[in-house]
Amino acid sequence: MAETEEGKELSPSLQQSASAYAVIREQFADAVSDFDANETMPFFEVIETEKWPDIALFMRDHPRLKFNYMACLSGVDYPAEGKLGIVCNLESLGAFGHRIAVKVKCPRDGGSIPTAAYVWHTANWHEREAYDMFGMQFAGHPDPRRILCPEDWEGFPLRKDYKVQESYHGIKVPY
Amino acid sequence: MGLLDAGITKHNVVVTSVDNVLNWARLSSLWPMGFGLACCAIEMMATNASNYDLERFGIFPRSSPRQSDLMIVAGTVTMKMAERVVRLYEQMPEPRYVLSMGSCSNCGGPYWEHGYHVLKGVDRVIPVDVYVPGCPPRPESLIGGLMKVQELIRMEQIGLSRADALKKLAEKSIDPQSVIEQQRQVARA
Repeated sequence: MAETEEGKELSPSLQQSASAYAVIREQFADAVSDFDANETMPFFEVIETEKWPDIALFMRDHPRLKFNYMACLSGVDYPAEGKLGIVCNLESLGAFGHRIAVKVKCPRDGGSIPTAAYVWHTANWHEREAYDMFGMQFAGHPDPRRILCPEDWEGFPLRKDYKVQESYHGIKVPY
Repeated sequence: MGLLDAGITKHNVVVTSVDNVLNWARLSSLWPMGFGLACCAIEMMATNASNYDLERFGIFPRSSPRQSDLMIVAGTVTMKMAERVVRLYEQMPEPRYVLSMGSCSNCGGPYWEHGYHVLKGVDRVIPVDVYVPGCPPRPESLIGGLMKVQELIRMEQIGLSRADALKKLAEKSIDPQSVIEQQRQVARA
């Protein structure tokens, strides 16, 4: 039976996630981080960013994983680490019912993460939104444009150090 | 006093000024443009629907700016939308009126500080005649605002600028506090 470091027993849903993680770990070894048995959302991080599409495809297609549903893809800013990242919430709907989150990070300036839009179509617009708000590139994305802000908007609004522009097309922006 | 309040019976003749007739015709069929931007639009739709029934004022939404006299800016105007609002305003034939409904379109509302994407008041891009406060304003408030637009039209004269009509309206307006006090006393009695 899987246990956390403190020796506490994992809940049934966390055990499912942990055993799914074990399959990924076996295949990709050091390309992925250790499993974090977070009660709210268990997760692991992809250390070798360029392997993310392979891991994604493996997670979707492996008969013991079948992560067929991307519930969400969010962007995150880590100014202290000098990094930007994404968090993908994945589930296996109708097959196993297990879920796990995957974190992928890239450098804050000019960083790039390989796209998962060809694995889950959901990722297409979600990655566009992450790009729009945080400014990381998604290498190989089929349509890498902003999605919410106007195309000629300056800066990336959800970065921690974001300062709004003075004017947009001659209209004053700040209050 | 409205024209119909005079009581027209038995083929009487009404003598009035051209201004009066024009103003009466305009204010009795204010056609707003049917577009909403956020939650204020829900209140605007409720005001249009049967419970509050704006058609009794001759107000009903049109689908084209070319047929509209009034623009009700109902909701949050984003920077992206601001340019579209200006274009729609420019497509409306004169005389045209603008009613800014709710805190967002008045001044940015809850987005005033951290809403990088929100225009802090639609009066930064188009001239506004009447502001209706609220978040969102109840249908009664919107009707109050629309009646203010009607009063503004009543102040108009041929050759009088909009700014002067607004000034006249401000001079004629009464302090609402006395009306509130009066209503309270009626309620107590």
